[in-house]
Amino acid sequence: MAEFLNDVALPGALIIGKILLIVVPLLVAVAYLTLAERWVIAAIQLRKGPNVVGPFGLLQPFADGLKLFIKETVIPSGANRVVFLMAPIITFLLSLVAWAVIPFGAGLVLADINVGILYLFAISSLGVYGIIMAGWASNSKYAFLGALRSAAQMVSYEVSIGFVIVTVLLVVGSLNLSDIVEAQAGGFWHWHFLPLFPMFIVFFVSALAETNRSPFDLPEGESELVAGYFVEYSAMSFALFFLGEYAAMIMMSAMTSILFLGGWMPPLDIAPLTWIPGPVWFALKIALCLFVFLWVRATLPRYRYDQLMRLGWKVFLPLSLFWVVLTAGVLVATGWVPVPHG
Amino acid sequence: MAILDRGARSLLLAEIVSGLALTLRYFLKPKVTLNYPFEKGPLSPRFRGEHALRRYPNGEERCIACKLCEAVCPAQAITIEAEPRADASRRTTRYDIDMTKCIYCGLCQEACPVDAIVEGPNFEFSVETREELMYNKQKLLANGDRWEPELAANIAADAPYR
Repeated sequence: MAEFLNDVALPGALIIGKILLIVVPLLVAVAYLTLAERWVIAAIQLRKGPNVVGPFGLLQPFADGLKLFIKETVIPSGANRVVFLMAPIITFLLSLVAWAVIPFGAGLVLADINVGILYLFAISSLGVYGIIMAGWASNSKYAFLGALRSAAQMVSYEVSIGFVIVTVLLVVGSLNLSDIVEAQAGGFWHWHFLPLFPMFIVFFVSALAETNRSPFDLPEGESELVAGYFVEYSAMSFALFFLGEYAAMIMMSAMTSILFLGGWMPPLDIAPLTWIPGPVWFALKIALCLFVFLWVRATLPRYRYDQLMRLGWKVFLPLSLFWVVLTAGVLVATGWVPVPHG
Repeated sequence: MAILDRGARSLLLAEIVSGLALTLRYFLKPKVTLNYPFEKGPLSPRFRGEHALRRYPNGEERCIACKLCEAVCPAQAITIEAEPRADASRRTTRYDIDMTKCIYCGLCQEACPVDAIVEGPNFEFSVETREELMYNKQKLLANGDRWEPELAANIAADAPYR
């Protein structure tokens, strides 16, 4: 009994506690991201946005959540029930699972695995399954078209994201996310976004496409496909898609912060800034990236589908490939190749 | 040279960045939203809202039952019946406006020779049943009593232009 307690129960409880410590703030962040999105877009359109529910409208996400929770989940008669209900669950779970390897501060990581970035890449590629299943199981032409678009788009942009990640790996010499952040220590001029500037932009734009955000929100395409792959979803099944999509946005912002903006590092390595704990800096950087997500949504019109494909395959792919070769060449020529340690 | 220029512009996302700069300026501008039930926008003195029947300061109703408004009403929303009162002056016994027919054109107040029927500044008179929109004389006179200060001020403000 004591053996069971020490070997299984206690570590298990500890892990569950850590998971809750990540997931609960993440879900609150998702809730407030929806509110922030409405505020930012409202402000850019000279409106005020939600300000009635609770002080400054701060309870609005909970009112929306409650509404979705008490509504009826409609399952279309032509739908494949099992796959139809599994799709939102998969989307939601995958968006949470990725957070296991994200370092929130020095040593503050649930699973400090040495292939962290590969794991993230794999999980974000799996995200396409939830969407394909939703589109296929709905048995509706709009959902199907949305899912097809989404699959093609995510696959296309993952290629350039992969090359961008490879450039960062070449510079750092490690696949461990904590090592990638540590390599950017000591002031913002050490962060990767400066030496790898074009790749930073390529990564961010690809992240927009990967999360199906405006201006690449063709899978949703409300003006032509009603709502794309989740037309047939309602109530909690819709809410899970929504949560998954926004959690993926936060995930991509976190990845941008880790790869290019120095993760939990303060922008200057001097006294008042170093007193602020790492997770706060990390959260601030994520918030900055998310603001740009919303800002871009409020600014740019949607791409045409052929333009989207042209950008992915004919611009980003050659550009990122060229930059991989260039980075590798510069590293070899100058002898700056990072030596693997540990 | 032109190719170089165009290439540099598209590589540096010049147009996207200028668009983002524009939206950022708008982001920081003061907002134009009115907190509607608590704040309201300005109304012209000529605003044509809910109808009212006015009285003279001594309490005598202005309407003399000439039926010009009934005749001019393009939606035929007004119904008037009239007969001489005990003091032999001609007054309406019935003055109904069907607010579901009314198109708020303002011709009734233009036709009125004694400024009796007017369209006031009130636009918040939604009701829950259709029947409540069949206004009778009593309701219209009550409106007149309620809005008289605003009605008189609006007529005075518009007088120089008539």
